[in-house]
Formats: sequence, C-alpha cells, structure tokens
Amino acid sequence: MSDNTPILELQNVDKSFGPIDVLHGISLKVRAGEVLCLLGDNGAGKSTLIKTLAGVHKPTRGTILMDGQPVEFSGPREAQEKGISTVHQFGGTFPLMSIGRSFFVGVEPTKGWGPFKVYDRKTANEIAVRAVQNFGITRIDDGDRLVGGLSGGERQSLAIARAVHFGARVLILDEPTAALGVKQAAHVLRIVNEAKRRGLAVIFITHQVMHAMAVGDHFAVLIRGAIAADFRRGEKTREEITDLMAGGETMAGLEAQIETYMASHEGQPPPAQ
Amino acid sequence: MNSFSIGQFVRRPEFGAVLSFVAVIAFYVVFGGVSLGSLFGAASWVNFAANLGIVALPVGLLMIAGELDISIGAMIPAGSMSIAILSGYYDLPIVIGMLGALTFGVLVGLMNGFLAVRTSVPSLIITLGTLVAVQGLVLAGSVLLTGGASVPLDAPAWAKVIFGQLINGKFQVIILWWFALTVVFGFVLHATRYGNWIFAMGGDEVSARNAGIPTKRLKIGLFVLSSTAASFVGMCGAILFNSAQVSGGMNYIFNTIVSIVVGGVLLTGGFGSVAGIFLGALTFAVVSQGIYFTDIDRNWSNLIIGVMLMAAVLMNNTFRQMALSFVPKRKK
Repeated sequence: MSDNTPILELQNVDKSFGPIDVLHGISLKVRAGEVLCLLGDNGAGKSTLIKTLAGVHKPTRGTILMDGQPVEFSGPREAQEKGISTVHQFGGTFPLMSIGRSFFVGVEPTKGWGPFKVYDRKTANEIAVRAVQNFGITRIDDGDRLVGGLSGGERQSLAIARAVHFGARVLILDEPTAALGVKQAAHVLRIVNEAKRRGLAVIFITHQVMHAMAVGDHFAVLIRGAIAADFRRGEKTREEITDLMAGGETMAGLEAQIETYMASHEGQPPPAQ
Repeated sequence: MNSFSIGQFVRRPEFGAVLSFVAVIAFYVVFGGVSLGSLFGAASWVNFAANLGIVALPVGLLMIAGELDISIGAMIPAGSMSIAILSGYYDLPIVIGMLGALTFGVLVGLMNGFLAVRTSVPSLIITLGTLVAVQGLVLAGSVLLTGGASVPLDAPAWAKVIFGQLINGKFQVIILWWFALTVVFGFVLHATRYGNWIFAMGGDEVSARNAGIPTKRLKIGLFVLSSTAASFVGMCGAILFNSAQVSGGMNYIFNTIVSIVVGGVLLTGGFGSVAGIFLGALTFAVVSQGIYFTDIDRNWSNLIIGVMLMAAVLMNNTFRQMALSFVPKRKK
C-alpha cells in the first residue's frame, strides 16, 4: 500500500430514501494527514453524507473504499471498529457524566473477576485526562469533573481525543465550530491541526468558510446532494467559495428569470395571490 | 481522591435526599412532637418504605436511563393475584405460584420494553396502556376463574419465612429484601460497566448506541426488572396477608415517582444514584406514615409531600448546577 492510497474513498455514491434522492454521484478521497473540508449550506446533504461515511446509512449505489479495498458497513459500530469516528456538534458526550466515565462509555476498563468485575474509575480518569492533555488542553486535570461543566471547545477536544485514543484513522467532525465563539473555535481548529499532524485523515464539515480555509488541504462543496466543486488549498478565494456554497449558478439563474418576467410584464410584479 | 470531603458530598446526586430526610424528621420532631425513639422503633413506616423502595429501585434505574414505567401500579396486584389464583384457588405448589407471578412480571416487562424500543411512543404512554390493560386482565381473569375479586392464599411455612414473615411481630421480612436489593442495584449502577451504560443511555441515547452500547436490550431488560420487582412486591404481600385483592397498587405509581425524584434522580435521565433512590423511599415513608406519630392531623400529609417534592426538585437542580460548574482548584 503506497502512502498515496486514500484511507477512505467514495466512488459515485448515491443515496436515496424511497423516492427521494439525497446524494448523487458523490466521489471523494481523503488521505492520511490530510484535512478534507466539506462545505455546504443547510439541506445540501451534508448530514446524509456523514451518516453514509459513518455506517449509519448504506449507499444506494456506488462503493466505499478503505485503503483501496471496497467495504460495506453493517452499522456505525463496524465503521468505528474500522477506524472511522464521528464527533458531533456538541461533542456527542454526556453532560452529566464524569470525564472519565464518558470517555470510556461502551469500553469501560474493569478490574476484578466474574460478576464482581468493577468499573476501574482511577484508571479511566487517568487515561482520559492524559489523552486530553496530550492534545494541549491542560486545563482538564480532574477526571471526576462532569462533562457538562466544560466549555464547548473543551468538549469538542475531549471528544476528538477520545476518538484518537480509540484508534480512529478517519475523523469526521460534524460542524465542530458552529456553536462556538471565536476563541473556542480557534482552539478546536488547533486540535484539528494536531490530529492532522498525527497522521489522521480528517473530514471537516462546516459552513464557515473561514474555519475551513484555516485547516483544509482539500475542499468539496456540496449543493443539493451533488459535489458542485472540488479543489485544493489556494485554488479559490474565500468569496468564490462563499458564492459557490450559496449556489452561485442558481442565483444567477434566478436573477435572469426575474428579469425576463419583469420585461414581459412591463416591470409589474406578479399579482398577489 | 477517596478522602471524604464536604464539597464532594454536596455534588453527589443523593445529597438532596439526605437533606430532605433530615428536614422532614426535624419538622416532625419540632412541630409534631414526635419522639425519635418511638419513630425509629416503629415498623409501619419501614414496612411502607420497603415495599415502595423495592419498586422504586428498578423504576429509578429506568428513569436514569430516560424512561418511565407506571404499569407497576397494576403489576403489584397482578403479582399477588397470580400467586393467589395459582397456589390458593387451584392449590398448586407455592413454587408454581411464585414462578407464575414473576413470569407474568417478566412478560409484561418484555411487552413494555419491546413497545418502547420499536415505537417512538413515550414510555409514559406505553406503560399507561399496559397499566390499564393489566388491570382489566387481572380483574376479568380473576372473576372468570375464581368468581370473585379477592382470593385467599395459604402459603407453607418456609415460603412465609422467606417472603412473608413478621420479624419481631411487626417488621416485614421484605425489608431485608429491600436492603439486599439496594446493595445489588447500587453495585450494578455504580460499580459495573452496565451502570455506566445506563447513565450514558439516559444522557444521550443516540451517542450511547453509537458508542456500541446495546441500548435496546438494556432498555428491555430494565422494563423487565421494574415490572418483575412490582410483581415480587405483590407476591410477598399475598404471602404475608394470606390473601390477594384485585384493587390497590395505584398509589404506588405516584409514590414511586415522588420518592425517586426526591432521591435526586433527574426526571429526564442521565443523573441519579441508588443511595438517593433508597433515601427517597425512606423519606417518603417518613412523611406519609410518620405523620401518625405526630400531633398533626394526618390530612396534612399530602400537603407536606407536595411541598417536599417541590423543595427537593428545586434543591436538586441547584446541586446539579453546582456539580456542573465545579472546577477543582489547581494544585501547586
């Protein structure tokens, strides 16, 4: 396997729910140590695409390749075992659980034997705190603290550290900066860079072009379920990308349509209904 | 880390329950002229607490997992009627009657669980349905099979010793069951991974499922536990009192929910403790039964319960906020 084989690749993936087509002919590649930014307005099909990548939905047509081999996920669990981790907008963690406990949800370290296997709080807390601190969040130093008491950025960082700790190779970040202030967002972007430095493939979903440009190597713009543009860092300006996301061509078409209408109706707007 | 500190204790879910317990007793002592000796020597409220507490434990776990089960109100008489009809009316061995009562609990729990997992209907509505349905089934079934709504039961001595004797002539043996079950539930919820799964499920079910927790199986299991526990309480009652009635049990619904909430469990799930649920049942029992030891007219007891519930909920919210915003001091 050469270094250039993408970890995760989609080839002509379609997804429809009954008669409704949500994704058409999506082809994407993401390599180790690379950040792919997926840009798109609300309703462009971003969530469906993420869920398809994370094994929640099966593609209707097309193939998903991992390390060049076609794969089919039976569910999110299997995708996770193969190293695809999704971190959701609010960190996907549990506000009223301690850092240690939420870090190990589903894979709790235990000690003892048989029916007396007990949850090993000390080990869990130690590992969780160390994992987060390795990402540069030194303010977290007590694993008994509740997750809900952390700031939004810290929660995201905790979730990312958790994914990395459990062997994620592909990190899907779903709008990680959407709900955050400027400082917190910068925090998360630093963590994204750190994940990239460690050789993870990162898929960064956002509609904030600034954030995408800060970390992205490769960009794809999603409009109505299809990839409208696919380019690398430095190939397009911020304005061009924003225009693309708003559906630049559609806007131009709409303007033309209005002009034609106005011309043929002597500048009168359509009658009120 | 393990050293006791007041600050840590305040942030525990059961802190509010401890306060309520102490406050209620203090209230009765100061305003009701209760002598502590006679209160703590009395059996009535401990018996009451034990019956309530055994149901409250699994329902509390369900609530921590983000669900609710009110069908317990019908499962208590259903449990006692099952054993009374099988072993009393048909004279089958008592073991068959017990198995019948517990199996009935398991079946209703499975049904609640499957419906809750398969549909998106809130479990309050689902268990409301099974509550009414089981009530109807038990009443109609009892009249059809035995011709009446009350069935006598004569349990053998060994069954009485284990499930229905009065220790010292006044303490129901079910108190010991309550203590034992509290220890078991406490161990499961706080010391095993399953407990962690329950908290995670109540905190965010989708994330919990994505983290690989078998949320559906866990939920069904919890529903089975709660209706079986209710059936168990009914069964012990029938063995103790030598008879079973179709009616009764409805009070348990609200009593359980109140004692769980007083015990510091968050109604929407994700937060709570077994110690809290235990103390909640104890506090509730003191309020509703302890009033007989006071000079206060017993008609006031519901008012006190209502006020206590509101106070407890407000208090628990405050403590939860404290727990959330807690940041440890930096060590030098």
